[in-house]
Formats: sequence, structure tokens, C-alpha cells
Amino acid sequence: MSSWTVKLREFGMRKLPPEQLLPDSQPAYMTSAVYLFGALTIGSLVVLLLSGTILALKGPTWWHVQGLGHFFNSIHLWAVELFFFFMVCHLWGKYWMAAWRGGRARVWMSGVVCFLVAIPCAFTGYLSQQNFDSQWIATQGKDGLNSLGVGAFFNPLNFGQMYSYHVFLLPLAVVTLVGGHILLVRRHGIVPPIPLSEGDSARPA
Amino acid sequence: MGALVNLNNSPYYVHLDFFKMSAANLVVIGLMLVVFALAVYLRAPGAKRARRPK
Repeated sequence: MSSWTVKLREFGMRKLPPEQLLPDSQPAYMTSAVYLFGALTIGSLVVLLLSGTILALKGPTWWHVQGLGHFFNSIHLWAVELFFFFMVCHLWGKYWMAAWRGGRARVWMSGVVCFLVAIPCAFTGYLSQQNFDSQWIATQGKDGLNSLGVGAFFNPLNFGQMYSYHVFLLPLAVVTLVGGHILLVRRHGIVPPIPLSEGDSARPA
Repeated sequence: MGALVNLNNSPYYVHLDFFKMSAANLVVIGLMLVVFALAVYLRAPGAKRARRPK
């Protein structure tokens, strides 16, 4: 009788063998620049995580007052701008490619969920700035959330709660979902362009 | 280094009937469309090398 570790390993090997997880070649159609947007989004996410970790370690006084703090604050801001910029371009590309073809519905849906979870992650980031901008956004956001009956469960005026969401809960969710999304892409293969003739298939060769 | 444009002024909004958006956001959306169109048109770096027969 095999242990749970062996069962887990066999499950992983069956669902995602190493040559599929880390392939040494890709189909020719991947030379289109449209296929770069996903990787650029991941690159922006890595910069976001690194700069955010440094900001979290040093605290608001550092990122508001010190020159180096301003620098890392700006890196974090522009990384999130690029993250959403590339993610939206990635979404457009996959939408017009009908990327849910060939049994890739879960890949598409996991990408949509990543996008939806990234939005409150960015929102709580704006609330964590600790300046007039964040106060304005918090009060405006509170009105909107009150109209939905959210109450104190998610309170933009509570800096501690929003900061916890921003530096731990939501980044953890985004990174987990992005990781799952990448594994699903590896399992099903990247989506080929829409075939020109009826006979062409959307399944990986 | 200072910003290329003065960011201390009030933002400029484009307002047409029900539509209202800051010019800065419109510029970013326009830029995304340009980058996306270029990505559709252009090949990725190294595309020629990848297509070269072995």
C-alpha cells in the first residue's frame, strides 16, 4: 500500500510530466508578440512582489520621506501600472483568440479569476499609501461598499485591515491563482491561432 | 527627476454626456491599443531564429 506522498507524486507525474511542465520547445505560432503579454504580466508581478516586500519591511515613513523610499514606492507603483497594462493586453489577445477552445475553459476561467482578485489587491494598495489620495479613495470607496451592504467586513477606512489585505491575503491569493493558471497552461498547452480551415484543430499537437 | 508634465495641477477630464474620464486614463487606454496592435503585427524577438530549419 503506497503512502500519500507516493500517490501525490504519481498524480503529479500523470497530470503534468516534467517535459510538459518545463518544455524545451514551443509551437511556431508562439513567435507572435501577442504571446509575450502573459510572460510580461508575470515579470511585472515579480517586480511588484519584490518592491512590495521591501516597502512592507521599511514602513510608511520610509516610503513617504526617504529618497530611496520614494524610489521603491515609485517602482511599486509603475510595476502595478505595467502589471494591469500587460494583463489587459493578455486578456484582449486571449479573448480574440478564443483561448477557451480545445478543452481550455479552466485556463480561461482561472485567468479571469486572477484578474478579478488583482483588482481589490490594487485597490487596497491605494488605500495603504497613507496620504490624502488614500483618504479620498477610502471615503469614496466606503460609500460604494456601504451601498452593497458590506459594512465593517471590508472597511476601507480601517487602515490596519486594508494593509493586511494588501500585504498578505490578496497577494497570496493572486500568486496562488497565477501559479495555478500557469500550471493549467502547461497542462493544456498554449492556445493556437484560430484555424483558417475547418479541418484544423485547437488541441496541442 | 521631475515629471515630464506638471502633476500638481487639477486633472483634465474628457466629458461627453454620460462619459467622463481623465485624459491620463484615456492616454493609457490608447497606448494599450497601440501596443496590442503592434504585438499583433510584429513578430516576437527571436522569431526568425525559431523558424530557421535545423
